[in-house]
Amino acid sequence: MFELSQDHEDFRKVVRDFAEKEVAPNIAKWDADAYFPTDLVPKMGDLGLFGLVVPEEYGGSAGEGGGDFTSLCVAIEELGRVDQSIGITLSAGVGLGINPILTFGNDEQKERFLPDLVAGRALAGFGLTEPEAGSDARATRTKAVRDGDEWVISGAKAFITNSGTDITSVVTVTARTGTEDDGTAQISAILVPAGTPGFTVEPAYHKLGWHVSDTHGLTFEGCRVPAGNLLGAEGEGFKQFLKTLDDGRIAISALAVGCAQACLELATDYAKTRTAFGRPIGVNQGIAFQIADLAVMVEGARMLTYKAAWLKDELHAGRRSVKEVKHAAAIAKLYSTEAAVTATRIATQVFGGNGFMEEFPVARFYRDAKILEIGEGTSEVQRMLIARGLGLPQA
Amino acid sequence: MNIVVCVKYVPDAQAERTFNASDNTTDRENVDGLLSELDEYAVEEALKLAEAGEGEVTVLTVGPDSAADAIKKALQMGADKGVHVNDAAIHGSDAVATSLVLAEAIKKIGSVDLVITGMASTDGTMGVVPAMLAERLGLPAVTYASELTVDGGVATIRRDGDASTQTITATLPALVSVTDQINEPRYPSFKGIMAAKKKPVDTWSLADLGVDASQVGLDAAWTRVESFAARPPRSQGQIVTDEGDGGQKLAAFLSERKFV
Repeated sequence: MFELSQDHEDFRKVVRDFAEKEVAPNIAKWDADAYFPTDLVPKMGDLGLFGLVVPEEYGGSAGEGGGDFTSLCVAIEELGRVDQSIGITLSAGVGLGINPILTFGNDEQKERFLPDLVAGRALAGFGLTEPEAGSDARATRTKAVRDGDEWVISGAKAFITNSGTDITSVVTVTARTGTEDDGTAQISAILVPAGTPGFTVEPAYHKLGWHVSDTHGLTFEGCRVPAGNLLGAEGEGFKQFLKTLDDGRIAISALAVGCAQACLELATDYAKTRTAFGRPIGVNQGIAFQIADLAVMVEGARMLTYKAAWLKDELHAGRRSVKEVKHAAAIAKLYSTEAAVTATRIATQVFGGNGFMEEFPVARFYRDAKILEIGEGTSEVQRMLIARGLGLPQA
Repeated sequence: MNIVVCVKYVPDAQAERTFNASDNTTDRENVDGLLSELDEYAVEEALKLAEAGEGEVTVLTVGPDSAADAIKKALQMGADKGVHVNDAAIHGSDAVATSLVLAEAIKKIGSVDLVITGMASTDGTMGVVPAMLAERLGLPAVTYASELTVDGGVATIRRDGDASTQTITATLPALVSVTDQINEPRYPSFKGIMAAKKKPVDTWSLADLGVDASQVGLDAAWTRVESFAARPPRSQGQIVTDEGDGGQKLAAFLSERKFV
């Protein structure tokens, strides 16, 4: 069976230390100001966080006895335990920024973008979602038309993480590049470097949570990029992002574990120290049992997450099938994110009135948790995938 | 340049630290330990010097089995090798005995150009070991460095005082203790954690160093903790109600206690 190695645990300690020293003291202010801490990104790069699944030739540490997807999940969990926005910045930076280029890019594209992304000198985004196309990616309206040696892109993307930071270097954009034989849209992925004329980053969204994460809508009007910016083969876009999203689901699951873990620790401490009617509130079973349930949820979420991560690493080593990983990823994502939302509800309830106050981190976790059930496929989409994996009849 | 960094494994200062009831020594069992944060500055400074030129960094600790974690952390940060002096007889040693063990270990390591230490440990906080160690090794001691440069066989430090700033030089080999102002210690990287597993760590006993057990430990200590008591719970504060004379009441409160 799977287990976390001593290396993973050693690494967990370092990331926890980093998060507590570099993130925790600043996060309340960053959150209140919706400030993206650009300076933190290269520090995360120095730790090696962006390179865990990237081979050494591009500055990463992946390989036999080196980094793996499980260690990335450890890092996301530990950052997420202190702040969810910082966790998603890493998760999206690797899963959506680096991964498509690493997996589908040619040598020239990889050499051009990866070293800076791995070092934390740059961030990349993945422009898939549109105002009217999310998991239903066939409905993508953004189109790219070939004109000589260039692609001309027009359309709009929504909710694109890490797309508008001062160090964003490139966004991988999915667009219709034609029509398949069966009449459905042919989708391709194209690299659009930041600053390309015709590529506009819209002002940041006002979000319920994840205030510190950088999220923008993007518009493309006659945006021209060289034909060589096509990522992989023409018409591969659909397959590419399905694969990208599978990994992302496990990463979001790890982020949810961090959220639930934080709630468990905060609620436990509070129940021990806060007194009401002359005794610590944790004496009351109404509080204690909820926290006990919370501990069970954290453990369950963590097991499902790391099992999925382990399967993913085993898949990479050729010992497991894509189908197993997909199924495990959907199960982990569904359970962990719903557990995280429940965990924030319990924790804020334990905190009473203080749980509603922004000076207590549980309030921030409460706001941050909801998106976990939505991003990278809603809970409903996960249930759909799980049902499909079980072989249930499909509409 | 061969650099030895002396580090200490201490109980986490963030945790509830206490003493062993049996012999009044520091309780190292019930509190998680770590590499003393003040020693991280010493490790960082050594690594910077080694990276700037040719150099090898050996990290040295004296402590029980668990102290291996302090070496591990320093190796993860980038030190080249470790030496762990571990002997049951060392338990309860004071600064004098600790400096003896460290000195003998450094002699055994041999051909050392620079010994770097933190300014004090975060548990004992005596800050005397660096000077004692230098004395035993016959090295110049330049302590409380908030800046260090090494050039042409000379170490130059800046020592910040309340009234003045001193620039002090010492010819190598020398011992330098560094403050928490000198640098910003790095976090181990993922690659550093992986690389640390392959780095050599020697474990030496007192016999390996030719130190007699009677010279160290609680019985040989020049000082001992006679008794200890838990910090009294914080007493209730005094609330001054402002009835138009709040300022006067505050001033009276402060002057009564000679704060103003």
